[in-house]
Amino acid sequence: MTTWIDIGPLDAIPPRGARKVTTPLGCVAVFRTGADEVYALENRCPHKGGPLADGIVHGHAVTCPLHNWVFDFTTGEAQGADTGRVATYPARVEGGRVLLDAARLQARSQAA
Amino acid sequence: MKKLVVIGAGMASGRMLEELFDTAPGAYAVTLFNAEPRGNYNRIMLSPVLSGEKSYAEIVTHDDAWYAANAVTCRFGEAVTRIDRARKVVVGAQGEVPYDQLVIATGSAPFIIPVPGRDLPGVITYRDLDDTNAMIEASGKGGSAVVIGGGLLGLEAAAGLRLRGMEVTVLHLSGHLMERQLDEAAGFLLRRDLEHRGIKVMTKASTTAILGDDRVEAVLLEDGTTLPADLVVMAVGIRPETRLATDAGLEVARGIAIDAQMRTSDPDIFAVGECVDFNGQLFGLVAPLYDQAKVLAQTLLGAEAVFVPKELSTKLKVTGCDLFSAGDFAEGPNREDIVFRDPGRGVYKRLVIEDDAIIGAVMYGDTADSNWFFGQIRDGADISTLRDTLIFGPAFQGGAPVDPMAAVAALPPEAEICGCNGVCKGTIVAAINGGASDLAAVKAQTKASASCGTCTGLVEQVLASTLGDRFTRKAVQPVCGCTELTHEDLRRLIKSQSLKSMPAVWQAGAWKTPDGCHVCRPALNFYLLADWPLEYRDDLQSRFINERKHANIQKDGTFSVMPRMWGGITTPDELRAIADAADKFAVPTVKVTGGQRIDLLGVKSEDLPAIWADLNAAGMVSGHAYSKGLRTVKTCVGTDHCRFGTQDSTGLGIKLEKALWGSWTPHKVKLAVSGCPRNCAEATCKDVGIICVDSGFQIGVAGAAGMDLKETERLGQVETEEEAIALTIAFVQLYRENAKYLDRPYKWVAKVGLDWVKERVVDDLAERQRLIDAFAVSQSVYQKDPWAEHVRERSEQYKPVNLSGFAAE
Repeated sequence: MTTWIDIGPLDAIPPRGARKVTTPLGCVAVFRTGADEVYALENRCPHKGGPLADGIVHGHAVTCPLHNWVFDFTTGEAQGADTGRVATYPARVEGGRVLLDAARLQARSQAA
Repeated sequence: MKKLVVIGAGMASGRMLEELFDTAPGAYAVTLFNAEPRGNYNRIMLSPVLSGEKSYAEIVTHDDAWYAANAVTCRFGEAVTRIDRARKVVVGAQGEVPYDQLVIATGSAPFIIPVPGRDLPGVITYRDLDDTNAMIEASGKGGSAVVIGGGLLGLEAAAGLRLRGMEVTVLHLSGHLMERQLDEAAGFLLRRDLEHRGIKVMTKASTTAILGDDRVEAVLLEDGTTLPADLVVMAVGIRPETRLATDAGLEVARGIAIDAQMRTSDPDIFAVGECVDFNGQLFGLVAPLYDQAKVLAQTLLGAEAVFVPKELSTKLKVTGCDLFSAGDFAEGPNREDIVFRDPGRGVYKRLVIEDDAIIGAVMYGDTADSNWFFGQIRDGADISTLRDTLIFGPAFQGGAPVDPMAAVAALPPEAEICGCNGVCKGTIVAAINGGASDLAAVKAQTKASASCGTCTGLVEQVLASTLGDRFTRKAVQPVCGCTELTHEDLRRLIKSQSLKSMPAVWQAGAWKTPDGCHVCRPALNFYLLADWPLEYRDDLQSRFINERKHANIQKDGTFSVMPRMWGGITTPDELRAIADAADKFAVPTVKVTGGQRIDLLGVKSEDLPAIWADLNAAGMVSGHAYSKGLRTVKTCVGTDHCRFGTQDSTGLGIKLEKALWGSWTPHKVKLAVSGCPRNCAEATCKDVGIICVDSGFQIGVAGAAGMDLKETERLGQVETEEEAIALTIAFVQLYRENAKYLDRPYKWVAKVGLDWVKERVVDDLAERQRLIDAFAVSQSVYQKDPWAEHVRERSEQYKPVNLSGFAAE
C-alpha cells in the first residue's frame, strides 16, 4: 500500500538543489531538477559516505561533494567509471507539495 | 641612411619590413603610412574576431613597441594623396615625406556591385577591422543579415554573424558555393553544413537592388524575391587598389605591373601584395604575398632574388567546416578522377589525375592528409604505383596503415610544413635542435603556424618526432564533456557576445547537456559574475558545497567554521566568543591555521547558522576559508613592535584585507605583507606578497607554496601604501577578468607573461584605474558577510526535514 507523506512545499527546495530528510532509519536526500521534477535518494555515497544532498545537481544526476562520484536519479547507479548504487525512493509533486512514499521508507527498514 | 617610404601597413609590407630589419637593421630609415588608424595585424584572422573566438589584441602582428624598436616613423590613420615622382616625395594628408625608395602596398579594395541602394547605411564590405567591428556592432541588435557572395570571405562573414545570433542568408550568383575552390559535390556538403548551423543559402541568386529609405531594409533579387535585411555584407570579390599608382603614371594592368624583383615601371618604386599584377596574375592568398615580401626585402638590400608564383591551396576558416582545395579540378578529356565518399560522416575527397600525377584535389569533412596531397601536386609526383590506395593518404602507402608520426618523420627536410610562411621541415627541426621545445617557441623562431594556424597539428608532429619522449603536447582541453569550448573560448564567448545568463551560454556554446555538470557550472558561474557583476545573479546551486554553505566540508560531512581575523590581529573578546561557540556547539577540534586565524572543525551542517549568529554577534564575519576568493592576508608585526620593521606591515595587511574581502576569484588568493626583507610573513610565496623596505613597498606576484613551490616575481616597487593597495587591487581584478577558473595566479601569469600583466597594472595608468573601478563595482555587490546573510535569509535551508516522528512499524 502506498502512503504518501507530505514533506513540505516544492519551493523549499531550490531548483537544481536538494533537501535533507532525516528519518529514524537514516537520511534521504530529496532533489529538485532544473525542470522541477523531484527524486529521492539515500543521502550516503557508497564510496566514502559523502552527503549527496550537498552535491551539485545537473540533468537527472547529482555529484557527490567529496570525490565527485555522479549518481543517476532514476536508477541510483554511479555513472562513468565508478561502480556503486544508492537506494532510490518514490517521490512526486502534487499541488506544489513534495510527497514521499512512506511504505518504501518502511521497507527500507526491513531491508536494513 | 637611405629613406624608405612604405604606403600601406598590411601583411605583405609587414613581412617585407621584418625581413629587412632582420637582415640589415639600420639600412633604411622607414616611414610607414597606413590609411587605417593602426599598424599591421593578421587579417586572415578577422573571421575568428568576427565570430568572437579571438580578440583584436590576439591578432596584432606588430605593436607599438615593435615599430619603436625598429625606429619606424608611423603615419597611421593618414591617407596618402599623391606620389610626386619628379621630386621623389610622398604627399600625405599631413605633409610630405621624401624617399630614396618607395614601396606601394595598398592591397585591395572590395568590389561593390553597382546596384541601387549600395550606398545605404547598413551596407558594408568585409576587408578590415573597422568592417569587422561594424558587423559586430550591427549583430548586437540581432535581426537579419544578407551576405552577398558565397566565396571564402562571404562564408566566413556569414558564419561569424550567425554565431553572433543574427538570421543570415547567403546569396551566391553561381550554382554552388565557392565555385572557384570547390566542385559541386563539395559545394553541396558545405551548403548542408552551413544550413545545419541555421545559415540560409540561395544559389543562382542575382541581386537587383538594395532597398531602404534612410538605411538598408531589404534586398531585392532578380526573380522578384525580397529578403528583409538589417545588415548587408558585400563580399563579391576584391580588386587591386591601384589609384595612387595610376595617378603617378606608373604602368598599371589589372594591378600595378611589377617585374620578378617587385619593381614597377619606375626603378625607385616597388609594389608588393594584393595590389600587384605579375605577368597577368593577381594574388589574394597570404603565401605568395610572403614570398613577394622576401624578394622585395632582398631587392631593396641589393641582393639577387626572383619571385616565382607557386601552386596554391585554400582552406576555409569556419570552425567545423573542414575543407581543402588545391590545383586544377575541372574535368577534361585526359583527366581521371579518384573519388571517395562517406555520406554518413559527410566526407568527400576527390583527386584529379593527369599523366600519372595529381593535378588537383578537393576535400571536405576530412582534410587531415591535405598537406601530403598538396605536396604531391606541387612536386608533380608520379603516383602510378600508389594509385590503388592513393585516396587514403600517406598512412596507407606501402600496404599497411602506419603511424601518422611515421609519415611526418619520413618527410624530407625541404618538405613544406607551413604554407602561409613557407617554412619547411628542416627549418623547424633546426629550431627544435636549437632549443625550441614547444609550439610557442617554434612559432616564435620560425613563424611556422603563426598565420592561419591550420598546420599547427603538423608542427606538433614534427616536434614530437624530433623530441621523442621529451615532447609533451599541450592538448586543447574543453571545459568538460558538456561542451567543445575551452575555458579561454568560454571567457571570450561570454564577453564578446555579452552573454549574461547560464541558459544564454549553454545555447551559444552548444552545450550537450540540459544544464551542465559539476565541472562547468562553477566555472561558468564565476565567469558570469566576474564579467557582469551588476546584471548576473550569483547561482548558489552552481557552487561547490563549500561556497554554497560558506563553510568547508570535511570528510565526515561536517563543516569547519573560520571567522576572519583582519591581518591576523584578534582581541580577547573575539577569542572568548570563539571559545564560547566551541563549547556551545561541542566543536571537537580547534586549530590555529597557517593563515593566522582559528578554525573550528567538525560543526554539523544544521548548526552552521546558529554558530555564525553567535560569531556575528561578537563582531566577526566569515573568513572565506572555503572560497575561490580572498583568503587571508598574513602579516608580521612591523614597525609597531619589531626592531627591524621598516613599515606598518600589519596596518597595510589589514587595509588590503578590508579592500579585497568578499571578492570571488578564479581560484583562492592568499596575500602576505612582511615588514622587512627578513620576510617573517613568508610573503615571497604568496599570490601577492609585499615586502616593506625603507624606501617603500616591493610588490611580488605569482608565488606558490602548494602543489608547486615558486617564488614571487616583482610586479613593481612603489613609495606609498596607497599605490601598493592600488597595484594589488588592479592585479587581482586583471586576474579575475582573464584567468581560467581554478588557475592560481602563478599559473595564469605563466600563461600571459609578467610583462603583459605589468603593462596593464603598472605602466598603463588608465587601464589600472579601469581595473580598480571595475573591482569597486563588483565589490559593491559582493562585499558582504555571507554568514549574516544566510542567518537572515537562508537558515531554513540548513535544517533537514524531520521525519523522526514517523516511526517504522
